[in-house]
Amino acid sequence: MSDEPNKDLRSPLRRKLLMGAAALPLVSILPRPSFGAGPATATVNTTGLAVTDTEVTVGILHSATGTMAISETGSIQAEKLAIEQINAAGGVLGRKIKFIQEDGASDWPTFAEKAKKLLVNDKVAAIMGCWTSASRKAVLPVVEQYNGMLYYPTFYEGLEQSKNVIYTGQEATQQILAGLNWIAKEKGAKSFFFIGSDYIWPRTSNKIARKHVENVLKGKVVGEEYYALGSTQFNSVINKIKLTKPDVIFTDVVGGSNVAFYKQLKAAGVDLSKQALLTISVTEDEIDGIGGENIAGAYACMKYFQSLDNANNKNFVPAFKKAWGEKTVIGDVTQAAYLGPWLWKLTCEKAGSFDVDKIAAASAGVEFKGAPEGYVRIHENHHLWSKTRVGRAKLDGQFELIFETADLVEPDPFPKGYQ
Amino acid sequence: MIINSRFFNRSELIGFIALAAILFVILPLSLDVFRLNLVAKYLTYAFVAIGLVLCWGYGGILSLGQGVFFGLGGYCMAMFLKLEASSVENTKIQSTPGIPDFMDWNQVTALPFFWQPFHSLTFTIAAIILVPGLFALIIGTAMFKRRVGGTYFAIITQAIAAIMTILIVGQQGYTGGINGMTDLRTLKGWDIRPDHAKVILYFVEVVLLFACIGIAQFIRLTKLGRILVAMREQEDRVRFSGYSVANFKIFAFCMAAIFAAIGGAMFALNVGFMSPSFVGIVPSIEMVIYTAVGGRMSIFGAVWGSILVNFAKTSLSESFPQLWLFGLGALFIAVVLAFPNGLSGIWQDHVQPRIDRLLASRKSKPKDGWNSVADGAPAE
Repeated sequence: MSDEPNKDLRSPLRRKLLMGAAALPLVSILPRPSFGAGPATATVNTTGLAVTDTEVTVGILHSATGTMAISETGSIQAEKLAIEQINAAGGVLGRKIKFIQEDGASDWPTFAEKAKKLLVNDKVAAIMGCWTSASRKAVLPVVEQYNGMLYYPTFYEGLEQSKNVIYTGQEATQQILAGLNWIAKEKGAKSFFFIGSDYIWPRTSNKIARKHVENVLKGKVVGEEYYALGSTQFNSVINKIKLTKPDVIFTDVVGGSNVAFYKQLKAAGVDLSKQALLTISVTEDEIDGIGGENIAGAYACMKYFQSLDNANNKNFVPAFKKAWGEKTVIGDVTQAAYLGPWLWKLTCEKAGSFDVDKIAAASAGVEFKGAPEGYVRIHENHHLWSKTRVGRAKLDGQFELIFETADLVEPDPFPKGYQ
Repeated sequence: MIINSRFFNRSELIGFIALAAILFVILPLSLDVFRLNLVAKYLTYAFVAIGLVLCWGYGGILSLGQGVFFGLGGYCMAMFLKLEASSVENTKIQSTPGIPDFMDWNQVTALPFFWQPFHSLTFTIAAIILVPGLFALIIGTAMFKRRVGGTYFAIITQAIAAIMTILIVGQQGYTGGINGMTDLRTLKGWDIRPDHAKVILYFVEVVLLFACIGIAQFIRLTKLGRILVAMREQEDRVRFSGYSVANFKIFAFCMAAIFAAIGGAMFALNVGFMSPSFVGIVPSIEMVIYTAVGGRMSIFGAVWGSILVNFAKTSLSESFPQLWLFGLGALFIAVVLAFPNGLSGIWQDHVQPRIDRLLASRKSKPKDGWNSVADGAPAE
C-alpha cells in the first residue's frame, strides 16, 4: 500500500522527496488508518489477552491440509477478507487486528491442540474456526476450560449452546423446517425419502425432518438411508428411490460423496426437473465438484446464495473475487465465516472491551447490517436470527433464489417436540 | 553373551540416564504446562514405538495395525471417563439423562450392556490390558499358526485397522462415531483438566514409560530376546532347533499390543478425548514411522523418534500452516535414505565412537570391548 504513491513519482520530484527523509514516512503513513487512538489497553483488556495499544490478536483455526481443506479454504479466505476490511475501516477499538493462522489438518485432536495453543500460548482474543461438528466437539471443552471465544461458521445439528461459542451458521431447525414447509406447500409433497452421510449432523437433521414431516406436514417418510463418509456407491438407494417414487428426495450427503451421488442419479435417469430433490448439504462450493449439469434443477435450503440480490452482497462478491480470484465461488458457510470477525468487532465495540466474559455477555442483541445475507442479529442462545432461503441449482453452478422467509427465523438449538 | 548379563551395557546406561534426566527433570522445569502436556501426548506414541521395537525390530514382525490396539486401550479408558462425565446432573438437557451425550443424539435410550462394567475403574484397567492382549492373541494365533508372515501379515493388520475404523464410525450410537468421545472430565472425581492435573498425569505417564522400557529391556536380554532375533534372521533354523516359532511370534505381538494399549489409555487421560482418527491405517503407519526414525533396533531410539517426529509435526505446522506436510514428508525421506537405522544408528555410528575415543584417551588403559560382542542385531 505504501509503495503506491511512490510509483507516480518517477520525476526529479521523486529524488527530492527521497532526499527529504522526513517526507517518506509521511507518504507511507497517510493512506493507512491510524491505530492506537482507542481506549487504554488496561481498560479494554483486564484478563491478559494479546492486546497492545495498536494491535489485537485473533486466531484462525481451520483445516488448510487434509480432506476438509477443500471445504474450509473458503472459510479461511472469508475470515481473512473480513479482517482486512475491518482493519481498512479503522480496526477494533482503535486497534489493528492481527491474526495467527493454525492448521487443524482435518484431524479433530489437532484442532483441540491448536485451539489450546492459540488460547494458552498466543492469548488470542477470539478464534474464528472449526468446520465439521467433530472438530467443534473437540475444541469446545478447550474453549470452555480456558475461557476463549469461538466463532463457528457451519450450519450444524444444534443440541449445543455455550457461553464461549457464537454459531454464525444455522442450527438444524432453522435450516430445515421452512424448506420442508415450502416444498410441501409448493409441490404438494406428501412422501419423502431421506439419504444422508452417516454421522451426527445428517442423523440429527433427518430426525428433526422426520418429526416435522410426520407430525406437522402429515406426510410420510418412505425411506431413510445412510452411507459412510466418502462412500461413492449409491446405486442401490437410487433403485429404491425409483421403486418408492417419493414426492421429494431429501438429502444431507456431504463432501466428495455428493459428486458420485448426483452423477449416478443422472445416469439412472432421474430427471431433477421432474423429481423434486431438496438438499441441505450442497452449496456453490460443492457444485464446483459435482458439475452444474449433474445437479441443475435441484433445490437447496440455505441462508445465503452467491446470487442474492442486495446491496451488501453486491459489494461482498466482487471484493471476495478481487481478493481470491475470479473463479472462486462463495457458498453458505463461506458467508457465515465472513460474519465471524465482523460480529466480534461489533460486540467488542458494544462491550467496550476485549474481555471474553464481557463479549459473551454483550453478544445477545448485536446486529450486523452489512451482512451479505442481508441482516443478522445474535440471539440470547448465541445463534443467529437469519432468514431461510430455497434456491434452485442452475447449469452454471449458481442458485436462483426461489423462496425466502418473510421474517428472520428464530434459532432453536434444543427444539421441543423434535427430539 | 555373558558380557551382557548386566541389565544395561554402558552405552545403554548413558542413554537411560540421559532420557530419565530429560523427561523427569529438564522438560518439567523448562516447559510450561501446555508444552509439557504436548510432550505427554508425544510420549503416548512412545509406548507403541517400544512395542514395535520388540515386535518388528527384534521379532521381524511388521505390524501396520498398532493403531487398533492404541485405540482399544484408549477407548476402554475413554468409556470409563465418559460414563463419569455423563452423570444425571451433567446431562439433564438430554432426552435420556445419565447416558453419554452421543447416545442420546443417536436415539439410544439405555446404556448398552457392554458399557455397564466400565463404571468400575478396576475393570477398566484390567480391560485396557486384557482386551487388546486377547485380541492380539486371537489375530496372532490365527496368523502365525498358519505361518502367515511378512508382507501378508502386514497387509492383514492394515485391513484390521481399516475394519476397526469402519466399525467405530458406523456404530456411532455406541462409540461416538467419527466425533469420538469428547469432553472427558474427571477420574474418580479428580478433575483431569486443570494444569496441576496435567503435570501429575505427565509424571505418571513417564513412570509407566520407564516401566515399559524396563520390561522391553528385560525381554531383550533373556533367552526369549535371543530367540526373537534368531527367528528374524533364520526362521527355519529356529524351527528345526525345536522351538515353536509361532508361539514366540504371538508373544511378541501381544506384548506390542499391550504396550500400545497402555499408550492409548494414557492418551485418553492426557488429551481428554479419543476418536477413530487414532485407530485407522494412517495413524498406524505413522507409528511405524516414529519407530523407523528412532531406529527400530533401539528401545531408547523409539522413544526419541516419537518425541522428535511429533515435535517436528507441531512446530512445522505452527510455523507453516499451508506447507508443513511437505516439510515433514521430506524429513522422513531424508532420514530413511541417509540413515537407515534411524536416530539410534546416527548415535551408534557417529556419536558413540567419539565418546568412546574421548574416554579412552582420558583413561589410557585399553578397554576390553563392551560393545564388540554383537548381540545378534546388525544395527546395534
